[in-house]
Amino acid sequence: MTGSHVVTDENANSQAPMAGRHPMTGNRMTDEVTADGHGFEEHHYDVVVIGAGGAGLRAAIAAHDAGARVAIVCKSLLGKAHTVMAEGGIAAAMGNVYADDNWRVHYRDTMRGGKMLNNWRMAQLHAQEAPERVLELEEWGALFDRTDDGLISQRDFGGHRFARLAHVGDRTGLEMIRTLQQRAVELGIDVFMECTVTQIFKDGERVSGAFAYWRESGRFIVFHSPSVVLATGGIGKSYQVTSNSWEYTGDGHALALHTGASLINMEFVQFHPTGMVWPPSVKGILVTESVRGDGGVLRNAEGKRFMFDYIPEFFKSETADTEEEADRWYDDKTNNRRPPELLPRDEVARAINSETKAGRGSPHGGVFLDIASRRSAELIRRRLPSMYHQFKELADVDITAEPMEVGPTCHYVMGGVEVDPDTAVSIVPGLYAAGEVAGGMHGSNRLGGNSLSDLLVFGRRAGLNAAYSATRFGVEPPRVSDTQVREAAAHALAPFSVGGGENPYTIQRDLQDIMQRLVGIIRTADELSESLGQIEELKRRAEGLTVEGHRQYNPGWHLALDLVNMLTVSECIAKAALERQESRGGHTRDDFAATDDFWGQRNLVLTQGAAGRVELNHQPLPVMPDELKSLFEAK
Amino acid sequence: MGYKLSLRIWRGDHFRGELGDYVVDVEEGEVVLDAIHRLQATQAGDLAVRWNCKAGKCGSCSAEINGRPRLMCMTRLADFEESETITVTPMRAFPVIRDLVTDVSYNYEKARQLPSFAPTPRDADGKRRMMQVDVERGQEFRKCIECFLCQDTCHVVRDHDDNKKAFAGPRFFLRYAELDMHPLDTNDRRKLAQDAAGLGMCNITKCCTEVCPEGIKITDNAIIPMKERVVDRKYDPVTWLGSKIFTRGDRGSREEVRPREEA
Ligand SMILES: Cc1cc2nc3c(=O)[nH]c(=O)nc-3n(C[C@H](O)[C@H](O)[C@H](O)COP(=O)(O)OP(=O)(O)OC[C@H]3O[C@@H](n4cnc5c(N)ncnc54)[C@H](O)[C@@H]3O)c2cc1C
Ligand code: SF4
Ligand code: SF4
Ligand code: FES
Repeated sequence: MTGSHVVTDENANSQAPMAGRHPMTGNRMTDEVTADGHGFEEHHYDVVVIGAGGAGLRAAIAAHDAGARVAIVCKSLLGKAHTVMAEGGIAAAMGNVYADDNWRVHYRDTMRGGKMLNNWRMAQLHAQEAPERVLELEEWGALFDRTDDGLISQRDFGGHRFARLAHVGDRTGLEMIRTLQQRAVELGIDVFMECTVTQIFKDGERVSGAFAYWRESGRFIVFHSPSVVLATGGIGKSYQVTSNSWEYTGDGHALALHTGASLINMEFVQFHPTGMVWPPSVKGILVTESVRGDGGVLRNAEGKRFMFDYIPEFFKSETADTEEEADRWYDDKTNNRRPPELLPRDEVARAINSETKAGRGSPHGGVFLDIASRRSAELIRRRLPSMYHQFKELADVDITAEPMEVGPTCHYVMGGVEVDPDTAVSIVPGLYAAGEVAGGMHGSNRLGGNSLSDLLVFGRRAGLNAAYSATRFGVEPPRVSDTQVREAAAHALAPFSVGGGENPYTIQRDLQDIMQRLVGIIRTADELSESLGQIEELKRRAEGLTVEGHRQYNPGWHLALDLVNMLTVSECIAKAALERQESRGGHTRDDFAATDDFWGQRNLVLTQGAAGRVELNHQPLPVMPDELKSLFEAK
Repeated sequence: MGYKLSLRIWRGDHFRGELGDYVVDVEEGEVVLDAIHRLQATQAGDLAVRWNCKAGKCGSCSAEINGRPRLMCMTRLADFEESETITVTPMRAFPVIRDLVTDVSYNYEKARQLPSFAPTPRDADGKRRMMQVDVERGQEFRKCIECFLCQDTCHVVRDHDDNKKAFAGPRFFLRYAELDMHPLDTNDRRKLAQDAAGLGMCNITKCCTEVCPEGIKITDNAIIPMKERVVDRKYDPVTWLGSKIFTRGDRGSREEVRPREEA
């Protein structure tokens, strides 16, 4: 580093060279230092994509193909984003297994799964474009499981009328991320790994760049870029029991809010019905829905298939009401209705919750998921190899011989950045969002398999449009000022200088406890109000965070910065949940148990107002055109 | 039931470091990564460690546990005596960044040098057809979670850092084999694998296979077949792999590729 640092930097790693390639990542680096500038590493791109999961990688590929200079920035190593953990598959109406399947059926399933609160246009684009996006992966080297006639095989999942999920055993996410990663590397797209974005810059109303730090060295980087794509994933780490990793701290949600964008659907958090419950160390780790798709059933302590007691009116006509019919369905979908175990996730999660509350749970507070007694050991090992491995290694359970114990786990956030359906742009010019961080697509509840397809469809759209918009900023490119950069740096370093003595790990734990207890699967006005008070208190405590050590690869510091985002996002969730006085999808109110048409017509929109306060407004739902409406009138 | 675990953990950076002794409370059913996390949360907030999924799916948490390359999230404490001290050190074949975090950029460099997949055109209906038996070999290799434990273990680089330039390592031999066995690929990478990737330096010790957390038979299913293909003996690939692997049967349709220039 040659320039003078405005912010003192005595602890940063002195070995990181500033020319050539970065020693950790092999990224190209610059050492441009302007005489009177801020002295940090700087890069200029047309499009900066934040996130290297399915959405980020697909966006980067699309932007590159559109001719833009693109950078991908991600908190972990390339190939480790959350997408790698996805198991079951990618939903796309390719019609390989059931020729009757088409985008209209997929569209209808998606809207009904989301209890009609989805943005109709996003759901339409998603259903129409998903098949081509999957074939594209094959073009880039993905090896999906095949049907007997050599086409991409498709499996059953909850809420989907037909077997529709393209998959590779139960490691579909790994296949997807590796394929996209290899494609991005082939195209020579620059990747900044283990690099965390803490702020997005604006020049007037338009995005002008981003501020980040290298996790390895703690050094700062400034990106100049007229387009930024948020593809940062979800928020699950704010809950105690979750299938999500440390990365899911809602950074993108919070960055968007701070940059002036709006969030919608934040009250809808998906609790996946089947997470591991024992031993404590693995509590929350996902048990894929494919177990049920492939024949597994849920039983309570009395051995009863209790899901038959929980079929809601809304789904009665398409759900089997006897075990015999349900069992026939796996082989004959035309003449039988789907087993209740494959109802949308919100229904199944609530049912499990009720069973355990009623004292009919398994020894460790879950219920039983049984595939051992229903399918051959050979089939289980072939179709669900990583589940077999996971239970064997982590819980000493052989799933081909005994049932698993499972319970709900925080899995996915439906809420996210409000975007234009066709272009994925937020209300801030130059700021795009795709993947889990974007809102609208899934309404109040996401169907399994619809996320991976969402990443591809809207990742591509975001990338293309971000590239296009990067060439259309008028005469002068938007600028990042030195003052903005200095403020961003000072903000990031604050935890080292504030002496409040609060430990970030402790505050994180307290937040997880609050969210789990008070903003969980079943909610009430009293508890939600209480949670808001407690989050406020945590925010106050978080102002006195103290971090040990120095800037080089310091997880305590990283958490201190992430924590602020977690608090912001948690507040948004609790606030919207308190406002919505009904139950719908991933939002269940004990005090307003019914689904209510009044609320079915509106979105709750969160923005950041003056003095950093979160503000909430109602907004009417976009109106679905008649030709799509008719899909819901016919049976 | 819970007990107090003695841990020795390597603390330090590229320049200096030492083993630090810690005692941490652990519970039944926990894995090494849980113990490290508790240490981080209660005693050593700045202890550097990589992890993501905590379920053996992402390959982030590689380290050496009592000298053996393993995933921390898949190593159960129950595999050790309660009284035993567990020693956790960073992967030895890669430069340390800090504590348990190593610089694995070598692997990303090698990935960049690999000529990618180049498929035949789609069928008339816009889809592609491949038989399950034909994709299964490749699927085994694509289970790889890029934990780089095999790379860490292979003596060719573990004991001779200079070899890194000319040696792609088992993880990437896997990738060469995967593409070479892909029913629709049109590139021939055999010469490249032998010359630029250093397949010839591998002397089939199988150490890589032993540490692979995904149980991929790296040596038997990828390296050895690849070596045989390279030698290009009078193997008729059709009989050699069973009639299913090569639907096109002839290698004539594959084009030999050269190493990729720096991207
Ligand atoms: C266990 C599990 C199984 C699942 N199975 C399925 C399934 O079968 N089918 C399905 O459709 N969906 C499934 N899902 C959901 C789906 O995997 C996720 O919703 C999806 O992968 C999210 O992808 P993404 O691209 O939006 O984000 P991710 O893949 O999560 O990527 C986020 C990226 O953003 C980066 N990032 C975040 N914050 C910052 C920051 N501040 N600075 C820089 N980078 C940042 C991260 O490093 C990461 O690279 C599953 C989820 C889980 C947890
Ligand atoms: S078999 Fe070859 S690649 Fe594997 S460890 Fe031995 S020498 Fe290395
Ligand atoms: S082949 Fe096995 S050991 Fe090597 S990187 Fe892949 S998963 Fe890890
Ligand atoms: S944390 Fe993902 S493999 Fe260990």
